[in-house]
Amino acid sequence: MSTPFFGLMAEFEDHEILLHAARRAREEGYRNMDAFSPFPVEGLDQALGLPRSRIPLIVLLAGICGAGGGYFMEWYAMAKDYPLNIGGRPLNSWPAFIPIAFELTVLCAALTAMISMLAFNRLPCPYHPVFNVPEFARASLDRFFLCVERTDPLFDPAATRKFLESLGPCKVMEVAE
Amino acid sequence: MIDTDAEARRVTPLNYPARLIGPGESYESVTETIGSIVLHHPRPRLWWAGFVVAFALLMMFLMAVTVLFLRGIGVWGVNVPVAWGFAIVNFVWWIGIGHAGTFISAILLLVQQPWRTSINRLTEAMTLFAVACAGTFPLLHLGRPWLFYWLLPYPDTMGLWPQFRSPLVWDVFAVSTYFTVSLIFWYAGLIPDLATLRDRTTIRWRKYFYGILAMGWRGSARHWQRQQTAYLLLAGLAAPLVLSVHSVVSFDFAVAIVPGWHSTIFPPYFVAGAIYSGFAMVLNIVIPLRKIYRLESLITVRHLNNMANIMLVTGMMVAYGYFMEAFMAWYSGDIFDESMMHDRAFGAYAWIFWALMLFNVVIPQALWSRRVRTTPLFLFVVALFVNIGMWVERFVIVITSLHRDFVPSSWGMYFPTRWDVMTLLGTVGLFLTLLFLFLRLLPMISITEVRALLAEQREEEK
Repeated sequence: MSTPFFGLMAEFEDHEILLHAARRAREEGYRNMDAFSPFPVEGLDQALGLPRSRIPLIVLLAGICGAGGGYFMEWYAMAKDYPLNIGGRPLNSWPAFIPIAFELTVLCAALTAMISMLAFNRLPCPYHPVFNVPEFARASLDRFFLCVERTDPLFDPAATRKFLESLGPCKVMEVAE
Repeated sequence: MIDTDAEARRVTPLNYPARLIGPGESYESVTETIGSIVLHHPRPRLWWAGFVVAFALLMMFLMAVTVLFLRGIGVWGVNVPVAWGFAIVNFVWWIGIGHAGTFISAILLLVQQPWRTSINRLTEAMTLFAVACAGTFPLLHLGRPWLFYWLLPYPDTMGLWPQFRSPLVWDVFAVSTYFTVSLIFWYAGLIPDLATLRDRTTIRWRKYFYGILAMGWRGSARHWQRQQTAYLLLAGLAAPLVLSVHSVVSFDFAVAIVPGWHSTIFPPYFVAGAIYSGFAMVLNIVIPLRKIYRLESLITVRHLNNMANIMLVTGMMVAYGYFMEAFMAWYSGDIFDESMMHDRAFGAYAWIFWALMLFNVVIPQALWSRRVRTTPLFLFVVALFVNIGMWVERFVIVITSLHRDFVPSSWGMYFPTRWDVMTLLGTVGLFLTLLFLFLRLLPMISITEVRALLAEQREEEK
């Protein structure tokens, strides 16, 4: 164990075993860990104790900005900066301003949803230690992984390995830094 | 051990095939089935044959556009009184086709219809390509297309703004937003699949290609949580968007005072028509593909049946729209409305109107038969008629409303030129070229979603 390493990784055959393992690891007191699966596993985020995502709130705010900003642009252009009197109709003709305000709401909210998803996930991410494990190629196929990182306060190379082996994995591997 | 044959034949209470994924599939087998289409390129001759035809049509499109740019709008058949010809017909047709993709991926996700899973990726791609084709027409129709940016609000030296009360400006915002949001939604779902291909491929350039596009996705629980949240939000945003886009397109007509256009039924009737033609196009694409790439166990007869049902429902809505147009023309007592309707049904373009009734109202009634809905060949033929019928519908709306103006001095006929026809066929080439490239480079079915569905199906069977 002279070379620096990232953590220990256990490989599982089924998403239910992974879910159980994640719960057990959390009960055991591990915090700096992550689970990997080839499709979204329901309840895995709660099992790992991940906080709820802040994306919905940010998207809501972006949507409101889009709606307000869009309407303001239309009002400013049509009623303030370049008013045209067409048959005495009101300059702030709000019904005609709704389609563009709506489209800009959706546009701002959708762009924010995508960008905030990528930003919170720290993507693009050109390098990550988990890819050093050859078996990890199957994380995008049919295998499920749980990785306890070395930075976890409870981490101990021997004890953690023993604990992971008790969870019913097919294999426990060391992740090189 | 499950009796696989009996399982495959299991039906729902309404007697439809029950299984969404054929028996005997595993995580590995679905990945292999979908991924190998991209990674191993099975049946390359068919692909090349299709691609060559599509690419030739695309070259024809470029030629037609070059002639248009050199010589101006005069090469088209448009003139007063029919100043909106093929370009607008094609624009509305293509953008309508795009609607099925978002309907399948967003609305069916929100109402939790698991059968969308095997077709959503392909139809989203179809949406993007159809909107790209649609978007070219208003630009080509501008007359001076190099000044297209005048449509956008920016602080220009002329001190002018676009007229935000005009439906044509709403259209600019609606179509560009629709394209952007569809692209984001498509890509958000595609990232995990790109990671799968990155890990599966052995060819160097493909490793880079998928690796860069996957952006380092590693399928961690944190990634999934945020990706799923964002995906659901995008679905929630795209659902009202898809309804708004064709409504805005219909405002281009309905806000004008031309008889045959000025009608409050236009927005819902346009949206129904858009979904109708979109599903027809999905069926026309999916039926040959599932056969060629042997995807019958992923895109099952149940999928075809469900799409046929949606076509039948939206087709009835569209038929109601036709009926209401005629009824309101009579009920309004307005002489211009009455004569417009009379001219449509018995005037110079009457044969096109009756072809529309045949293609869009009469022939789709065959979908009441379960045999038609579950036989791919019959369904393909009906869908083809609907696709042509929906193009004809837009022709009837645009041309017959314009060619008899209020005063007889501005009556005229519209005849498309060969450049009109070449541009229309050319966009078909653009659409198919993009589609063939998509089939070659990206997984046409969402691998991760099929895996999740498989996991669910396995749990149910336990």
